Formats: sequence, C-alpha cells, structure tokens
Amino acid sequence: MNLQLPPVGLEHYLFLAGVLFSISVAGIFLNRKNVILLLMCIELMLLAVNFNFVAFSHWLGNLDGQVFVFFILTVAAAEAAIGLAILVVLFRERRTINVEELDTMRG
Amino acid sequence: MFTTVLFYLFAAVLVGAAVGVVVARNPVHSALFLVLAFFNSAALWLLLQAEFLAIALVLVYVGAVMVLFLFVVMMLDVNVAALREGFARHAPLGLVVAGLMVVEMFQVLWVRRLGEPALLAHAQPAAVEAGVSNTKALGTLLYTQYAYPFQLAAVVLLIAIVAAIALTMRKRPGLKLQDVSKQVAVTKADRLRIIKVEAEKRP
Amino acid sequence: MQATYLTIILAPLVAAALAGLAGRLIGRIGAHTVTILGVGLSCVLSVGVLKGFVDGTATPFNGPLYTWLVTDGVHMQIGLLVDQLTAMMMVVVTFVSLMVHIYTIGYMHEDPGYQRFFSYISLFTFSMLMLVMSNNFLQLFFGWEAVGLVSYLLIGFWYTRPTAIFANMKAFLVNRVGDFGFLLGIAVLFHFTGTLDYAEVFAKADYIAGQSVQFVSGETWNAMTVACILLFVGAMGKSAQVPLHVWLPDSMEGPTPISALIHAATMVTAGIFMVARMSPLFELSTTALSFVIVIGATTALFMGFLGLVNNDIKRVVAYSTLSQLGYMTVALGASAYAAGVFHLMTHAFFKALLFLAAGSVIMAMHHEQDMRNMGGLRKYLPITYWTCLLGSLALIGFPGFSGFFSKDALIEAVHLAAEKGQVAGAGYAYFCVLAGVFITALYSFRLVFMTFHGQERMDEHTREHLHESPWVVTVPLVLLAIPSVVIGWFTVGPMVFGHWFGGSLHVAEAHDVLGELSGEFHGPGSFVVHAFSGPAVYLALAGVATAWFLFLKRPDLPAALRVKLSGLVRVLENKYYFDWFNEHVLAAGAKAIGRIFWKGGDEMLIDGALVNGSARTVGWLSGVARHLQSGLVSHYAFAMIIGLSALVAYTLLHG
Repeated sequence: MNLQLPPVGLEHYLFLAGVLFSISVAGIFLNRKNVILLLMCIELMLLAVNFNFVAFSHWLGNLDGQVFVFFILTVAAAEAAIGLAILVVLFRERRTINVEELDTMRG
Repeated sequence: MFTTVLFYLFAAVLVGAAVGVVVARNPVHSALFLVLAFFNSAALWLLLQAEFLAIALVLVYVGAVMVLFLFVVMMLDVNVAALREGFARHAPLGLVVAGLMVVEMFQVLWVRRLGEPALLAHAQPAAVEAGVSNTKALGTLLYTQYAYPFQLAAVVLLIAIVAAIALTMRKRPGLKLQDVSKQVAVTKADRLRIIKVEAEKRP
Repeated sequence: MQATYLTIILAPLVAAALAGLAGRLIGRIGAHTVTILGVGLSCVLSVGVLKGFVDGTATPFNGPLYTWLVTDGVHMQIGLLVDQLTAMMMVVVTFVSLMVHIYTIGYMHEDPGYQRFFSYISLFTFSMLMLVMSNNFLQLFFGWEAVGLVSYLLIGFWYTRPTAIFANMKAFLVNRVGDFGFLLGIAVLFHFTGTLDYAEVFAKADYIAGQSVQFVSGETWNAMTVACILLFVGAMGKSAQVPLHVWLPDSMEGPTPISALIHAATMVTAGIFMVARMSPLFELSTTALSFVIVIGATTALFMGFLGLVNNDIKRVVAYSTLSQLGYMTVALGASAYAAGVFHLMTHAFFKALLFLAAGSVIMAMHHEQDMRNMGGLRKYLPITYWTCLLGSLALIGFPGFSGFFSKDALIEAVHLAAEKGQVAGAGYAYFCVLAGVFITALYSFRLVFMTFHGQERMDEHTREHLHESPWVVTVPLVLLAIPSVVIGWFTVGPMVFGHWFGGSLHVAEAHDVLGELSGEFHGPGSFVVHAFSGPAVYLALAGVATAWFLFLKRPDLPAALRVKLSGLVRVLENKYYFDWFNEHVLAAGAKAIGRIFWKGGDEMLIDGALVNGSARTVGWLSGVARHLQSGLVSHYAFAMIIGLSALVAYTLLHG
C-alpha cells in the first residue's frame, strides 16, 4: 500500500470547519423560508466555530478553548430552546413558519 | 496513519451530512442528518483528545437539542413544499458564495499561510501527559478560574428554561387547576362554619 | 463743569423721553412745555459755556465720563471734548433748536402727531449734542447714526404720504453709503492707532501719514489719504455733497421746522464739523484736501443752478443749502477751517430763518408750496417778508450782513489758496465759488420776488384767508433775523482772523491762508470797505439786479428763456440725472444682482441644491436603502457573508 497520506495538521481541521461553515451559509441561502432549517444551519455554524476552538486548544495545549466550547454549547442549547419555543408560539398564532410571511415589522 | 484515515473518513461523512441537512426535502431528514453530523463531530473531537466535550456534544445536542428539533418538526404541521419554494432559484448564488468562502479558506490556510505560520508549522500537537483526564482538567478549570462565568452560564440556562415555558404555556378555559398557594393559605374561617343548633324541644 | 455739560446733553433726552413715552399723559401743552424747557435749559447753559470761552475763563475739557466696555486694551467710552469749536456748535444747535421748538407750536398746531414731533426734535437735539461733544470716534459715530435716524423719522413724519416714505428711505439709504465710508475711515484709523480717542489718534497722526495701505491692485496709497477720503465720504453723505446729495431735496417732504433744524442748520453741517474736528488729520494729506475742495466746489456751483429752475419754495431753499454746504466744504479743502466753521454758524442762522420764513409762507398759503401760485405776499405777511428779506440778504452776502463776512472771508481764503496753489483744484474752486455768488443772489431774489412781489397769482379762496402767522412763528423769525444780520460784526475778527479757536482747529503752516489774510484785517468796518475792491459784492448785486429784471420787470422773459435753453433746462429739471442714474443704474443694478443671488444663489443653490437637494438625496438613498431592509434574515446573513468574503479577499490581496 503505497498510499501515503500527509499527516493531519491544524490546517486540516480549520479547513474542515471552514467547509462546514460555508455549507451552513449556503443552507441559509437555500432554505430562506423555513425557520426550522435556518435554526439547524445556525447550529451547524456554531459547530464549525466550535471545531476551530477545539482544534486550536489541542494544538496549543491550552484548555481554555475547550472551556469556551463548553460555554458556547450552553448558550447554543439555550438559544435552541428559546428559538423553538418562539417557533411553536409563532406557528400557533400564524399557522406558518414561512419567514417571508413574517413581515409585520417590515417598513 | 490510522488516525489520518479516521480523520478523512469522519470528515467526509461530516461534510456529507452537512450537505444533507441543507438539501434534504423533508425537515425530519434534515434533523436526522444533523444528528449524524454531530455524531461525526464528536468522533473528530475525540481524535483531538477533547473527550469531555465530545461526550457532552452527543449528550446535549443529540440527546436533547436534536430531539427537541425532531419533536417540533414532527409536531408542527408544516407545508414543506411551500417552504422549499425558491430552493432551486437560490441554489446558484448559495453555491457561489459557499464556494468562494471555501476557496478563500484554502488560500488562507495553504497558499498564503496567514495568521500564525509558526503555529501552522507544528507538525505535532502539544503533547498531553499520560494519565491526565481531560474531564478532570476541564473541571478543574471550570470550577476555579471560570467559576463565575460558569455560574452565569447556569443562569442563562435557567432563563432559557423560564422563557421557553413562559412562551409556550397557555391557559385553556375550563381547565381545573389547583392553586397551591391558596390551598396552603387557607384558614379555618374559610372552610369551617359553626352553626348553633337549637335544642329540640320535647313536645 | 462736567455736571453742566451732562445737563446740556441729557436735558433734551429727558424731555424727548417724557414727550415721547408719556405724550398722551401730559398732553400737547405738556409736551411742548417740557421739551422747550429741556432745550431752553441746554441753550442757556451752552451760552454760559460759550461765554466762558469768550471771556477766557474756561479751558477746554477733555475726559471720559463712563467706560462702556474694555476689550483687548481698547477703551470704548462715553467722553466729552468741549473746546471753542464744540462750544460754538453747542450754541448754534441749541439756539436754532430752541427757535424751532417755539416755531413748531404754531406750525404743527393742527397736526395729530404733535407730541411725537416734539419728542423727535428733542431727541435730535440730544443726538446732535452727543455728536459735537464727543471726544472719540465711537461716540461720534453714535451721534452720527442717531441724527441720521431722527432725520429718517422726521422726513417720514407724515408717514401716510408715499412721497414722504420714499424720501425718508432715500435719505436713509444714501446716508448708509456715506456712513459705510465713514465707518471704514474710522476702521483705518483704528487699525493704525489701536485707539478711538481723538487726542490719541491725533498724537499718532504723523505715524499714520507715514504708513501706506495696499489695495488689491497692488497700488499703495498713503494711509492718511485713505482714512481722510473715507471719513470725507461719510461727510459727503451727511452734508449732502455731490454725488451723495440726492436725499436732501427730497427730505423737504418732512415738516418745515425740521427742514430748518436738521436739513439746514445742524445735521447737514455735521460733516463740516467733523472734517474741521479732524483737521489735524486732513492737514497731513494734500490729496484728501484736494478731493474735498473739488467736491465742495462742484456742489457749490452746480447745486445752485438747480435752485434757478425749481418752483417749490422749500426746494429752492434746499438747493441753496446744498450750495452753501459746498461753500463750507471748499473752505475746509482750502484749509480755512475757521472760515468754513464760521460760515457754518452764520448759515445756520440765516438758513434756519429762511426755512422758517418759507414755512410761514406755506402756512399762510394753506400748504401750497409752488411759487408760481404766490406773489405779492408782502402786504399780507409783513414780518415774514422782512425777516425773509434779511435772511436772503445775509445769504447772498450783502455787505455788512453775517453771510457777507463769512462768505467773503471764505472766498478770500480760497483765492489765496488758489494763488499759492497749495492744493490741486483750488483754482477751479475759486471760479466755482465766485460764479456761485452770482447764482446765489439770482435764485435767492427769484424766490423773494416770486413770493412776495409782483402779481398775486393765488386763487380767491386762499387770498381771503391770507394773514400773518401767530406770534410763536414770528418771534423765532425775528430772533433768528437778529444774529443773521449782526453776528458777523462781532465774530469775524476773533473767529476767522484771530486765534479764538485755539487748539481745536489745526492748520499746517504751509496751508495757513487765514493766518496770512489776518495781516490785512483791520476790523469788520474796513473789511466791508475792502470788499468793494473785490468781485464778489458786484457779482451778488448783479445777481439781485438780474433777478429783479427777469422776475419783476419782465416776467415774460423767464418763460422765453426756458424755451430758448430748453436743453439746459431739461438737464437742470432732471437734476443732472442723478436720480435717474441712481434709480435706473444703481438701484436697478442692485436689484438685478439681488435677483440673481435670490433666484440663482438662494433658491437654486442653497434651497434647491443644498437644503432640498440634500433632503431629496437622503430620501432617495433611504428609498434605495429601504430595499436592503427587507426584514428577511437571509438577506442580512447574505450581506454579512458578502462582507466577510470581501474582507478576506481584501486581506488576501493586500495582506
């Protein structure tokens, strides 16, 4: 087996996080009407960010990055909970989760 | 070599799952793809020796948040077709932007080597001493240096709980509920009435 | 002494305030009583001050009364400078003012604005006293503007007449032109000396004369010449010299008493007084003196011509005033300040007299001012006739009358100046003043003959009501006639040929024409005799004779002459087209420029482009930006990502 892969370095992880982020951005564009999918894409974005933290933490030998990830997870959980709660209330009121129909505040 | 293969394997699945989240027709599928993505992330984090976070990701996200997502998705009667309207129309733009970002990322990391060249030059990560538990180390840090932020995070979660309940609670008319405080605060005078009964006279 | 001076100034002000603010309360009699008392007090005290200087018991007073403000080391203060020149002016102002006050009781008898009028003329007296008693430029300018304001108010006194409003606007605007020059002149002096005080400025006169001012063209001018010409521009406005004279004839729209007080005796001589007061400065600039003498000579002769064709009795006197002011200015230009000021004094008496006499005639004629409808009034208005005749004789310089002394001394001085060639234009001035004597006599007696002699051309109704004016009118006439006739005898010696003015007038040695003439002066009697060897007296008599021939002997001739000289007459009747030029070129030009700035600058550029334009631009931008605020999260995210990509790209390309 002469397949010799280069060793995995920090940049690989960073690049992976970048790809993940880009996909979620594209997801926000593509699913611009579905609030649930928007929330999922945001979760995915946060995951990409967390990747960066964890990777740097590993390569620098510093646990602070992981503490940050911990907090981000906390906040993301809270955000998801409230976001979904709002979504439920919204659906109850309007019978829709289409973002483009939620234009009461639009000038 | 083995970890390298693992990295590429997990990374490929992760990217595939992420794409699946974005393009899946059914939101339920999207949520399941997201679960897959989280699982793979957790695996990759294990490769990075962040064991605690990997497990926490699986427990918190897959176990709680994603279940919540699934629950909501299934509960709400969503007209999926209407929501996917315009997907094809926006696809080129989204792809261009995403592609642009990937290209830029590539440029940054490999071609121009911006940021911290010395850091990126590290072939090997910082060595972790044998016998040191990631969980214990993280816990030490959290309960000492980050004690106050940790408390604040707890408050944030509390507020999230309260907010979520406050938002979704609704009172249905005709629902019979107990009012505990009223039950506790009740006094004898409210419940008990003593009636003086006239003695029966003997005829 | 300070208390006396203050009383002199403030008594008319207090009276004006009382009559003006409480006029309704104190009534007509109260108003004229309080103002006459105020001005009378000033007059008596002024005479006392003058007497002190005549006796030699008083010394010139110069000092501040009150510091208004101090800024950057400059003291702006109210101060008094009372010397011989001031004392003389004070007496002239208060005496004429008092006469006019008394006369007004009769003249304005039926006017509803009686109290207002008294308030104004008292206020005028105050302003004029501030002007002449000032010891600094700031106060001088205050007085200067204050008399201008009261003049404006009084010309427009009958504010329901459109012509009066037009005239007072005109007076105000023309005076603004002069005042602008005046202010610039003060600014030049202030720039070089850093002080507003007369004495301090005079002390630095030599320094100023050594400086130069550079104009945009790169031409350098002597600073003193610039300052003096600018100051004289102010005097030209106030003393109605060509070409800023146009307001004075129109100011006759005002009531006659103020024509006598303001537009003959006092305010219009403020310019003459100012130049005399500034003699230490003017003496240092021959160019400025030359400018002064040429302007004065032009005014003296050419304004006299206009008196020949006008038929309005007051306007004839007004043109005569213009001409006489020209005489005074000529004297100033010839450095014969004392002669100029002396003529100012005599002129104040006889011209006030002439105006009041004209007013008396107008009253008798029921406010008819056209001389063509008069004639033969001598027997109806004897006192007016005699006083008017005396005034006219004084005006033409009939030997022995006050005007004779002043005018003859003046002409002699100009003659000597022309012979010495001390200022350019003196020869021209000498010709003008000599020719002016003939013209003066001609129009003066044209007025007398047309009004008081010859056929009675008024209608029946007017004739029946002709009667002599009441005593409040005739007494001032008589009181003014006395100094008009005799004052020259007593004053010509010390004032013109002596050294009575002392340090208040300054004449450079080379320019001292009066000093040279004083050697030939041996008392007023011999002065009269001596005059018969000069041309002036004969010219005056020739003028009277011509007037008699044209307007009494052959009254048909003037009409024929008019036809013969129709071109010349048209020029004269249009007042040399000054008004036409002002209205059609200056005013219309200013209006056109104003329109350009209004339409182009204000409406288009500022309102249109800047104010509304910026609002429109903001509105348009908001309209565009509104589309960015779609309210869709994905749009915002898109914008963020685009921004991020752009930033990364920039860093990549330039990092």
